[in-house]
Amino acid sequence: MSTTQSDRADRGLADRLPNALVPSLSGLHMVALLIALLLLGLLVIPVAQVIFVAFQDPATGAATLQNFADFFATSLFRESFWNSFYVSAMSVVVATIIALPLAYITTRFHFSGSILIQSLGFIPLIMPPFVGAVAMQLIFGRNGTINLLLRDYFGFTIPFMDGLNGVILVQSIHYFPFILINLSASLRNIDRSMEEAAQNLGSHGLRLFRRIVFPLAMPGYIAGAALVFIKVFDDLGTPLLLNVNNMLAPQAFLRISSIGISDPMGYVISCILVVFSVLSLWASFLVMRGKDYATVQKGGGGTAKRELKFSEKVLAYGVVIFILLVVLSPHMGLLLLSFGTIWSFAPLPDAYTFQNYIIMWEGSKTYIINTVLYAGIAATLDVIIGTAIAYIVIRTGIFGRKWLDYLATAALAVPGVVLGIGYLRTFHSVDVPFTGEPLASWWVIIALALMIRRLPYALRACTAALQQVSLALEEAAESLGATKRRTIQKIVLPLMTGGILAGFVTSFATAAVELSATIMLVSSNSDAPLAYGIYLFMQTPSGRGAGAALGILAVIVVAIGTVASQFIIERDKKLKTSNAVH
Amino acid sequence: MSKAGIKIENVHLSFGQTEVLKGVNLDIKPGEFFAFLGPSGSGKSTLLRAIAGFGPNPKGRILIGDRDVVGLDPWVRNVGMVFQSYALWPHLRVRDNVAFGLKERRVPPEQITSKVDAALELVDLADLGDRMPNQLSGGQQQRIALARTIVVEPEILLLDEPLSNLDASLRVQMRRELLRLQRQLGLTTIFVTHDQEEANTTSDRMAVLDGGVIQQVGTPQELYDQPSNLFVANFLGTANILEGHVETDGDQARFVTKTGDILSLPQGGTGKNIVLRPQNIFIRQQSSANALPGKILHREFLGSQVRYLIDAGGAELVVDQTHGGGREWFDTGSEVYLSANTANAVVI
Repeated sequence: MSTTQSDRADRGLADRLPNALVPSLSGLHMVALLIALLLLGLLVIPVAQVIFVAFQDPATGAATLQNFADFFATSLFRESFWNSFYVSAMSVVVATIIALPLAYITTRFHFSGSILIQSLGFIPLIMPPFVGAVAMQLIFGRNGTINLLLRDYFGFTIPFMDGLNGVILVQSIHYFPFILINLSASLRNIDRSMEEAAQNLGSHGLRLFRRIVFPLAMPGYIAGAALVFIKVFDDLGTPLLLNVNNMLAPQAFLRISSIGISDPMGYVISCILVVFSVLSLWASFLVMRGKDYATVQKGGGGTAKRELKFSEKVLAYGVVIFILLVVLSPHMGLLLLSFGTIWSFAPLPDAYTFQNYIIMWEGSKTYIINTVLYAGIAATLDVIIGTAIAYIVIRTGIFGRKWLDYLATAALAVPGVVLGIGYLRTFHSVDVPFTGEPLASWWVIIALALMIRRLPYALRACTAALQQVSLALEEAAESLGATKRRTIQKIVLPLMTGGILAGFVTSFATAAVELSATIMLVSSNSDAPLAYGIYLFMQTPSGRGAGAALGILAVIVVAIGTVASQFIIERDKKLKTSNAVH
Repeated sequence: MSKAGIKIENVHLSFGQTEVLKGVNLDIKPGEFFAFLGPSGSGKSTLLRAIAGFGPNPKGRILIGDRDVVGLDPWVRNVGMVFQSYALWPHLRVRDNVAFGLKERRVPPEQITSKVDAALELVDLADLGDRMPNQLSGGQQQRIALARTIVVEPEILLLDEPLSNLDASLRVQMRRELLRLQRQLGLTTIFVTHDQEEANTTSDRMAVLDGGVIQQVGTPQELYDQPSNLFVANFLGTANILEGHVETDGDQARFVTKTGDILSLPQGGTGKNIVLRPQNIFIRQQSSANALPGKILHREFLGSQVRYLIDAGGAELVVDQTHGGGREWFDTGSEVYLSANTANAVVI
């Protein structure tokens, strides 16, 4: 609405007035330069280093394609490549099968279960997938609850969790909300008149869905599907925990951690991961371009919703409850595991206890403190840098300001494993001042890696927050005699607080459970964060209970974070609309 | 093309507890260009959508030709509707938008091509078939929406505020275009609008709706000249309404305002109000028989007219005087006398 218009006007103004603004913005120039250097050192150089090494002969240092030739000559790597691709594609398919009915039912019908789906459907996202993986083993595994029951009553089992199947199941259950969110949003944005016009011309039912509704929802679906594909392709934690090592990310990790940082294969794999990430983002960008199908508009009638017949209602509830049961099974499994004594070859744990929580609490204090420290530093830096970039991009004419935005956003396309390997390679020869230990094994580097990983999300939150602050509010302050600096302090930042806070909370909560980058960078147990702790606990059967307890803690942290950030955004929105800032 | 009349019999419709249509009866003749005119919330769009089969099922009967369509699915009604937002599908080319309904009707492909070409020709956009809808201007989108609807040869054509998303000058041009097309096709057409000028200039007859009830049906001129109630009088053009009563003395009839002023009437009547249009009141400097004394409160220069707001007969009257040139104006605050052309007045 008026935000985009004023935003465009703001940029136009900034473009027209760069010279007039420059003298008063020398401070902002310094800030921009500092951020550029930071992004260069912590993102561009490490990733460039990884790519460089991949094309370098390890012995002579000369440029070569030999590493790639070696990679594709090794059957294990070819298999890993194919497996990663297969698992990602299948995860998209399974996630679609889960998300499509949920999205369709909630957006097209008056269905009292809609709120249930909208809230429960997002719960998978608040649990790191590798945490759920162990619980899924216990429920769907060869000797898990379901298969034990199937064997006892029907005499057969289903290999849900065997090998790649397990990864696909865990990943699609974890990531389907990306498709659900995007697809629901697209479906909701289709104006009622779009469907009514088709009905008016004689179309209905499945034909109507196939010819009008689904094509219109396509951009949202593609965006969600591309995201799922990349996330699964890059993910390290889940295959590692399920002990599926013949995939790309685990191979990269294993090569680097067992053979060392001079082994070129880890870099070749990293290169491939980056290329695929960039390609899928690019592909989804191409598909989306010029296809903003949001058609709810003036004179339209909003979304078409219709009542369900009784039989349809029963069917809809059946489908929804079944899907939700499957989707929430990791959480239930994890909860049971955390309260269970021994759970092995049995549909449910043998007995229940609080013991795991006590063990977890005593064994994980360091992890928890480290997590709060790392995620706190990462999230704080994220919102500071995010706010600065947002301001520089939207409100100033500083040369190359767009590139700050692009750079920070480019972190999206860098898998955690790749960033981790890049840091190891780049910083292992750099010493920390005074202590003399290598920078790569200093704990601060973990926090910085998390900061870079979460920056794109924080930046989006800050940009959105700034776009809501009308330029006229700043001009009013300036015309009353406030300097640029005072205006930012007294007007802009206070008005952005809600958005910034939401960005902080989200960054904190998701950084707290990040594994891919940290697993590469943790050099000693005393530096390890929570996610790494869960990973260690889960390595031994006796540690699973405590690991699950720690997992539950992680879920609670992320859940509180998500709810809090939603709350802040909603409250902020209400405040802004009641003030009618347009 | 087939011509069908529309009969609406005692139609009631509710959204939950709110009754939106309260017993609507209408008879629209085959080939007629008919307008539903009313303010927002009057139920005019709801009635139109009920004819097309959208929204909750109404009580009562809606006959298209001699088929009662209440309860039928929209896709079997063969009713063409042009939506206010045009509802062109953004993922389909213009040509595919227009061909959509033909494909649904399983028309053979070679016929589809020729029919689509003919429809695009009809709306004068033959060369835009390969564009995407978002590459068209508002007026072009409007024409495509129209082409998409008439290409399937519906029995009747429904237009839901079709001009409201266009800018003023385009609106005038489009409404002439619509009328030309309607005459050419002879299609029974209902046009929903809240703009009296649009209804007046296009429709053969119109129905004024308010509060889910039809207030009056007739030609635009009948409704303007002979409004049957104050709502219609006020909704169509500017109406000056004086309260009072009618007195008859032999064959002499007169209207006595509540301030005791007298206006002679050509014939008697019953009613507590007299409706005078602004152009039927004249301002005089001198008193005469049956003249209302008044005081000028405000004056606006409108170009072809000078509009006065005058306190007279217990109301504030709007009086328009044709402006030929020069500056023969009455000043604000001056005391004047008003005479009215009561032959064109209505007592209701």
